Amino acid sequence: MGELTTLTIAEARDRLRAGDVSAVELTEACLAEIEAAGALNAFSVTTAEIARHRAEQADDRLRTDADAPAMCGIPIGIKDLFCTRGVASQAASRILDGFRPEYESTVTQKLHDAGAVMLGKLNMDEFAMGSSNETSTYGPVVNPWRAEGSNKDLTPGGSSGGSASAVAADLCLAATGTDTGGSIRQPAAFTGIVGLKPTYGRCSRWGIVAFASSLDQAGPMTKTVRDAAIMFGAMAGHDPKDSTSADMAVPDFEAALAGDIRGKTIGLPREYRMDGMPAEIDKLWSEGAEMLRDAGAKTVDISLPHTRYALPAYYVIAPAEASSNLARYDGVRYGFRAKLEKGDGITEMYERTRAQGFGPEVQRRVMIGTYVLSAGFYDAYYRRAQRVRTLIKRDFEEAFATGVDAILTPSTPSAAFGIGDMADADPVQMYLNDVFTVTVNLAGLPGISVPAGTDASGLPLGLQLIGRPWDEAGLLNTAQVLEQAAGFVSKPAKWW
Amino acid sequence: MLDLAYTDPAPKRISGATGDWELVIGLEVHAQVASKAKLFSGASTRFGAEPNSNVAFVDAAMPGMLPVINEFCIEQAVRTGLGLKAAINLRSAFDRKNYFYPDLPQGYQISQLYHPLVGEGEVLVDMEPGVARRVRIERIHVEQDAGKSIHDMDPNMSFVDLNRTGVALMEIVSRPDIRGPEEAAAYVVKLRQIMRYLGTCDGNMQNGNLRADVNVSVCRPGDYERYQATGDHSVLGTRCEIKNMNSMRFIQQAIEYEARRQIAILEDDGSVDQETRLFDPDRGETRTMRSKEEAHDYRYFPCPDLLPLEIEQDWVDAIRDNLPELPDAKKARFVLEFGLSEYDASVLTADVESAAFFEQVAEGRDGKMAANWVINELFGRLKKDDLDITASPVSPAQIGGIVDLIGKGDISGKIAKGLFEIVYTEGGEPAQIVEARGMRQVTDTGAIEAAVDAVIAANPAQVEKAQANPKLAGWFVGQVMKATGGKANPKAVNEIVSARLGL
Repeated sequence: MGELTTLTIAEARDRLRAGDVSAVELTEACLAEIEAAGALNAFSVTTAEIARHRAEQADDRLRTDADAPAMCGIPIGIKDLFCTRGVASQAASRILDGFRPEYESTVTQKLHDAGAVMLGKLNMDEFAMGSSNETSTYGPVVNPWRAEGSNKDLTPGGSSGGSASAVAADLCLAATGTDTGGSIRQPAAFTGIVGLKPTYGRCSRWGIVAFASSLDQAGPMTKTVRDAAIMFGAMAGHDPKDSTSADMAVPDFEAALAGDIRGKTIGLPREYRMDGMPAEIDKLWSEGAEMLRDAGAKTVDISLPHTRYALPAYYVIAPAEASSNLARYDGVRYGFRAKLEKGDGITEMYERTRAQGFGPEVQRRVMIGTYVLSAGFYDAYYRRAQRVRTLIKRDFEEAFATGVDAILTPSTPSAAFGIGDMADADPVQMYLNDVFTVTVNLAGLPGISVPAGTDASGLPLGLQLIGRPWDEAGLLNTAQVLEQAAGFVSKPAKWW
Repeated sequence: MLDLAYTDPAPKRISGATGDWELVIGLEVHAQVASKAKLFSGASTRFGAEPNSNVAFVDAAMPGMLPVINEFCIEQAVRTGLGLKAAINLRSAFDRKNYFYPDLPQGYQISQLYHPLVGEGEVLVDMEPGVARRVRIERIHVEQDAGKSIHDMDPNMSFVDLNRTGVALMEIVSRPDIRGPEEAAAYVVKLRQIMRYLGTCDGNMQNGNLRADVNVSVCRPGDYERYQATGDHSVLGTRCEIKNMNSMRFIQQAIEYEARRQIAILEDDGSVDQETRLFDPDRGETRTMRSKEEAHDYRYFPCPDLLPLEIEQDWVDAIRDNLPELPDAKKARFVLEFGLSEYDASVLTADVESAAFFEQVAEGRDGKMAANWVINELFGRLKKDDLDITASPVSPAQIGGIVDLIGKGDISGKIAKGLFEIVYTEGGEPAQIVEARGMRQVTDTGAIEAAVDAVIAANPAQVEKAQANPKLAGWFVGQVMKATGGKANPKAVNEIVSARLGL
């Protein structure tokens, strides 16, 4: 049954509707693949019972409802950042040990309502803080890809590393991810899949464990652009429970995949050509531009002058919000509480619980965030970073105002690196992974990573397309043209 | 609006060993918004519920939960602002105030530091007839309340009740315009009165629905005027903040104590440390809660879960158009329309219910007489039974009925008091009671003349004395009243006695 798990959502949908395959068969196939893929450590929890039950319900629905949604019966994985009722939801952190919410996030509820089948929860960087999925309390996720002729374990990127690995290794047909600074797009690029970060406000944040509220967005991680369009349609929409969710109509994204980008203008930002960027990344970028030109688009050089300030601003704003968002994990009401000694008071309880419950990267960001918000430093860091954010947003607005429809950049400055390679590096080296992606979060724009080629050792590389606010439909259409022109069809050789 | 003229009260002065001192006081009043649901969740705000029963997921700060603004709470705050003649900011924003405490589940309070909903306003604080202090309001912001920590239920554990967590508060910040302990209490009373008129806060201090932080400093006579001229706060002395007081009496005691403490330090050549203090009602003193060095760094920043709050001028105008008549206007109207003294008007407008009661009694009747009856008879009687006007056993119509009977001359003032007591304790329609119990006063002059004649005939010696000394005529009046069971019209008796005695 192995080949069933390699289906795209679109293919599975068509076969489910045709009655060629059942949701239960698809689900069983995925569960078997997950069972056999322990070495990848992609799933933190498998919810086989829930999956089988929902698959049966989906089959019933497919039998009786000719208009069953496209996601009906599609087995997917859910990033552990999403709260799922009655199922461990720990944001891959020890501090949420044993936490089983009594509520379901809006996005997973919408997917459930559309008939999607949850296979389990996906490993990730702790609280979505990381670019290599090495900060998880569940241990690192392993990338199914390996460099040619090497047995070295590579990271799938992060923070949605479990989602990326699971989709790339065909453990599920698709997965949810979340993206605060690149956490969907970077792992998608590292694993040769598609990852969409929607416009801020397009998907409800309700029920998603918050990292940096003004930047967090949920999105689909899929095998194809078409699948991203299908799954995104089921995730998006206004939610009165999230004040930052936009009251905008959700178009039919799949229907927008017309495949025609003639006359479109694609911007190539000169500031994204970084010093020390590997030649093959630069080459891929040029090839991508060529492909879009071949498809009838026009490319123009544009300037996004404040790009170089984006990463520092991001690493002020995101930790600032995180330091406050993570204050609730105090051992008082739920999750982990450190053992106390006689005579210990509330201060000891806070200090030990948070010292033992949070890993080093989370502690580092909480400390940074606390520092940049503290009296005397607020203006120099937080306020200044917010000004930079405004300037970055304006850079994009000005580019779009000149008639640019989308912007093409590399997704990452390198291909996947080895697990542990960055262990002794300055944390800033790890943060540089986000250099092409954080601007998009700061500006609240939609961005998508499309697999576009491989590096010299055969590892996947991605290109990023950045769209106008709320124009995911146009963005997906351009992305699909790029996807087809790139013709990336490689799969990781199964070693696990 | 009708307005009365006022003069400023004299600031309180305290004589020290080195001369006189004056007080400078500013208040931050936390008023719980009268609303069924909390500021950012649908949980109930009902007081006295089982611990931790009015708690939504967002109140308990469960992971991934998000606040959604309760529009009604905003409307109440806008209404309060308008009632305090304050500017309403069409664009405001919420900020997070970060600190750790077990009764603060989020680890931050959502408040409004940088852009409050309500800007500058003013409150007229009545001290005595013709004397009132104008206290400027700096701002009102909307914020969530914390929960309650309970430390005295168990020797080893503390308990937390989150029922109050997330309830909407209005923090009303005054300028340092209050100049004495009595003014401070009167200011809180006036705020409470206005908010009760508006229906925006029930003002129940016992339940903690109205609390005040008091900032106190002392300065020399003349310093405050320098501050007024220059806006320079430094001439007002170093202030201390006394936290979380929930009684008018404590507010006054704490200010009095704190002022004397600061004066003692200054006169001993010391300097006052800026700090946060607590008032201990048992000892009647304030003590250090935390020094400036220990002050929390709240790390305020804009709450990223909430968009800036934008409201429409039309919406504000609609709220303004529907404001009730407020205490100052009502008081002025009572003075001008009913000819009441300012004092009586103040008493009657202390709360909406009393004012409404009075107006029903006064309708179509003599206002002063109505006021006398409501204040002296009804309020006095209610106070004796510790009853609120809303629990009055006597209705405005019943009091009006008594007033009417007096006006028509059917009963005397004295009988009316007896009648009031009957109506109060037994109920009933006053005119019917007078009829049924034969309480109508005798105005038939023939009957009175007969009674007078009888008394004169029976007391010739008294007649002689009275004719020599007319002051003694009152004795005859008393005898006639006695003979008629008190029902004779006293005025008629007086006249007939005088005529018959030839006075």
